[in-house]
This record gives sequence, structure tokens and C-alpha cells, in this order.
Amino acid sequence: MRAERSGLKIGTRAPGKTVLIRFENVGLRYGMGPEVLRDISFHIPAKSFQFLSGPSGAGKTTLLRLLFMSLKPTRGLITVFDRDRARIPQKDLPALRRRIGVVFQDFRLLDHMTTYENVALPLRVRGRDESSYRSDVTELLKWVGLGERMHVLPPVLSGGEKQRAAIARALIEQPEILLADEPTGNVDPPLARRLLRLFIEMNKLGTAVVIATHDLTLMDQVDARRMILANSRLDIYD
Amino acid sequence: MTEPAVIEQARSARPAATPRRMQPIVPARTVAGNALVLVVAIMTFLSCLTLGAVTLIRDTASVWQSQISREATIQIKPVEGEDIDTALAAAQKIASGFAGVRAAKIVDREATARLLSPWLGEGLNIDELPVPRLVIVTIDETSPPDFAAMRGVLASEIKGVSLDDHRTWVDRLVSMARTTVAIGLAVLVLMLAATVLTVIFATRGAMAGNGQIIEVLHFVGAEASYIAREFRQHFLRTGIKGAAAGGLAAVAVFFAFGWWATRNVATPQADQAIALFGNFTIGPSGYAGVAVVVLIVAALAAITSHLTVVAYLHDIDMPGHAET
Repeated sequence: MRAERSGLKIGTRAPGKTVLIRFENVGLRYGMGPEVLRDISFHIPAKSFQFLSGPSGAGKTTLLRLLFMSLKPTRGLITVFDRDRARIPQKDLPALRRRIGVVFQDFRLLDHMTTYENVALPLRVRGRDESSYRSDVTELLKWVGLGERMHVLPPVLSGGEKQRAAIARALIEQPEILLADEPTGNVDPPLARRLLRLFIEMNKLGTAVVIATHDLTLMDQVDARRMILANSRLDIYD
Repeated sequence: MTEPAVIEQARSARPAATPRRMQPIVPARTVAGNALVLVVAIMTFLSCLTLGAVTLIRDTASVWQSQISREATIQIKPVEGEDIDTALAAAQKIASGFAGVRAAKIVDREATARLLSPWLGEGLNIDELPVPRLVIVTIDETSPPDFAAMRGVLASEIKGVSLDDHRTWVDRLVSMARTTVAIGLAVLVLMLAATVLTVIFATRGAMAGNGQIIEVLHFVGAEASYIAREFRQHFLRTGIKGAAAGGLAAVAVFFAFGWWATRNVATPQADQAIALFGNFTIGPSGYAGVAVVVLIVAALAAITSHLTVVAYLHDIDMPGHAET
């Protein structure tokens, strides 16, 4: 897999037949408020690439949180890796979450740790010894172009570097799905294109990618499935 | 050893790649963390001081009580036609005959004169005045004699005799000591309650800045128990650091008082203080109390951080927390 991490092209990989996550008539409301999401049905096939779009406040982040099992739906059925979300005990969630990488719009890097330590964090919290993953982390950092910035603290990094560090952290465990929430929201268009290439390359390596964005120019660069959230409902354009 | 061999040995001793020291998951030094150490130290110091003071009062009260109940006094008033010395000797004999009496000592003329000299002046001829005389009866505290029986025998054989077992004084002292200790305990309870609340809120304050760390750990797939353990250990260390500093400062204060009392022995101030409070030592129970306070405070910080993490993680997973 590592040998393939070079020579990228715009264009995504054909999705596999295996379904990683499936939503059936899912609805969600906060407290006694109106439904934020209503009758949402879709599936994320393995190795697929899709954009999740919609106006601000349409519920993109909420949908990502449902995908990450950080929220429970108020109705409907969510199947994650062939398991009914409602029946997954709390103790099994961390192991399943490790199969899903998340990139936040605001990076969420820990400022007291170096780039290297931030990227290695998912492995460290599993109790792995540093010597067992040092070369993997170093290689990944080089791959995302942060080889020279490995030992600096996040406050010193530029926006683009922070975003690449956040992506590397999401990828270090080689997840089956990568969820990215407005990953290009804080960067200029050339850097946005670079990040997009990074996501496409990961997809080519076999990771299913969901990018939440309202950046139309970004979506126009790739011929991929578009899921549009509006008025609490989801429309899918394959 | 030849030179190449030394170089070779040095080479082989050098590690292939120096392992970096990883930063702790919870940042070691933050402004909120330092403030927490300070708050914990101050509150522990005040709690330990209160605890020490209460221990001191309790010990002193029990010493007063036992000292005064260790003795009884037989008083013989001069009666016309009776020889007071014979009466004193008789009283001494009667008292000594009772079980539970260790000794009975007549306060002789000179001692009686000395007792009265502050009021009647020096060079007093005691025989010229109808001064009552005393027999000091030392009592076995563990099995005191039957004072009523002793009083009866004395009254039947000697005229003008009275037996004072200091019961009135002892009762007054006991009630005063109990009141003092009760007030001290109430103050201690209030102090400990204030410490508990302050430590809890200071820990929660210090935890407030760590929300992002908890969230990131959660999203990178850390188990809740792992996150809680990291914070618990961090705050236990912080708590121990602050509490130990406060506890040690309190112990130092007690040592300083003890040292001052020994240095100023036989001066009026120190004599007064020692008469009231003994020699300012809080004893093993006081030190054990300080250790217990230190441990409780440190544990409190750890438990509070643990509960905050659990509540935070619970909050993350509950609808209503997330923004859309």
C-alpha cells in the first residue's frame, strides 16, 4: 500500500459492493425541537467517494456525527459494518470508531503535542509502544508533506499544514472510511486542490471518503457522488 | 583496552535512534493547573492547621481534666481546744488507709505560709491566725477511692474537717473542655467542607480547558476508561503536589511553635502558653490527621476530574450537545 502512495490523478475509484454504513429512514431531533434530519436513507459502499453538501445549518455535521456513531438517531435504522447501531454496546464503540477516520474543520490538534505526537495519538491511546509505530507515522507525515514539520507544535503550523496533520491523524490507523468536515474551509483554493488530491489518492488506496463541504468549485473538480442535504432531507446525485 | 575497542564499545552502547520523550496526554503545566496546585495547597494548609488546633485543644483539655482529678484536698479548720497537728496526722492516716489513695501529704507550716504570703505578706506567724491546714491526697486515677466513705470517717473522727475532691472543678472543666472541642470540631467540619468544595470547583475549573483534549481523544477512538485514567492520574499528581505542600507547611508551623515554646521556656509568655496548651505538639494523631487530609484532598481532585471526564463523554454522545 505504501508503495502506491505516489503519482496521483484526479478521478476516484469505482465503489466496491460491500456496504460499510447504511441509513434507513433515519430521523434525528434535539430534545423536543423539530427534526433536524428526516427520512434519511443512503449507504456508503466500500472504496466509494462522495461529497456531502448543503447550506450552512442543514445538518451536515450532525449527519457526520451519526456516521461516526457519536450521536444516536431518534428513529430509523443505522447499520455500521453490518452491525445495528442501536444494539452496539458502549464498550464496542471505540474499536468500531477506529475503523472510521474523522477530519474536523477546525483541525482539533492538541497544541501541547508536536505534529508527530498528534498524528501518532490514535495509536498511542491504544496502548501501543512508540517504537512499534514510529516509522509508520514518519512515513505518513512525509507523504502528506509534513516531513520537515514533524517536531513543531501546531500553533507554529500554517492552516494548510494543520489540516494535513489532521488528515494524517485520521489516516494513521488506515481506516475503511474517512469523514472530513469542511476540510478545505480554512485554506486557499490551490491548497484546497492539493488536499482534494490527497483525499482522492487515499480513496484509490481503498478508503471510502465522505467530504462534507459547501464549496461548489471543489465538488466540480471531481466526478463523484453528491449527497445534498436541504430542508432536513437528503437528495443523492450519483 | 585498546583504542579501537573503546570506540567500538562506545558505538555499540549508543542507541540506534534516541527515543523522544512523549508529551503527556494531559498538558503538564497550564495556568489553570498551577492555580489548582496553589488553591489545593492553601486549603490543605488551613484544614491541617484547624485539625492540629483541634487536636491540641482536645489533648490539653484531657490533660487539665486528669491533672485536676488526680488530687483531692482535706481541709481542717482550727477548732478551739483541738490540736491541729494531731488532727492533720489523723486525717493523713485515715486517708492513707483507703484503697485508691497513693499518698497523703500534709502541707506543713512553711508551705502554708508560702501559699498565703501573696495576700498576707512575708514573715507571717501562722500560729497566730486561725488558718485552715491542708492534706493533699494523691489519687489513683484508674480506681479512685470512695470519697463519700472517706468524708464520713473523717467527719466522725476529726472536728472542722472537710474533703474537697475537686468534683465541681472537674465537672466545670470537663464541660468547658467538651464545649471547646465541640466548637473546634464544628470549625474543622466547616473548614473541611470548604476545602472539599473549593477543591472540587477548582478542579472543575482546571478541567474546563481540557474539553478539547477529551473530545479529540474520544474521536481518535480512545476508550472512555483510558481518557478517564489519564485525567485521574494527572489530577491525582496535581492534588498530591498541592496537598503535600499545604500539609508540610502546616507541620512546619507546628514545629515552629514547638521550637518557640522550647526556646522561650521560663518566660512569662511561654509559661502562660504552656500552662494553657501544653508544649504545642500535636502528637502522632495530629500528624496522622494531616496525612489523611492530604490524601483526601488529592483523592478529591482525582475523583472530580474522573467524574468530569465521564460526564463530558456522556454529554458528547447525547443528542443536544452537537451543533448542526
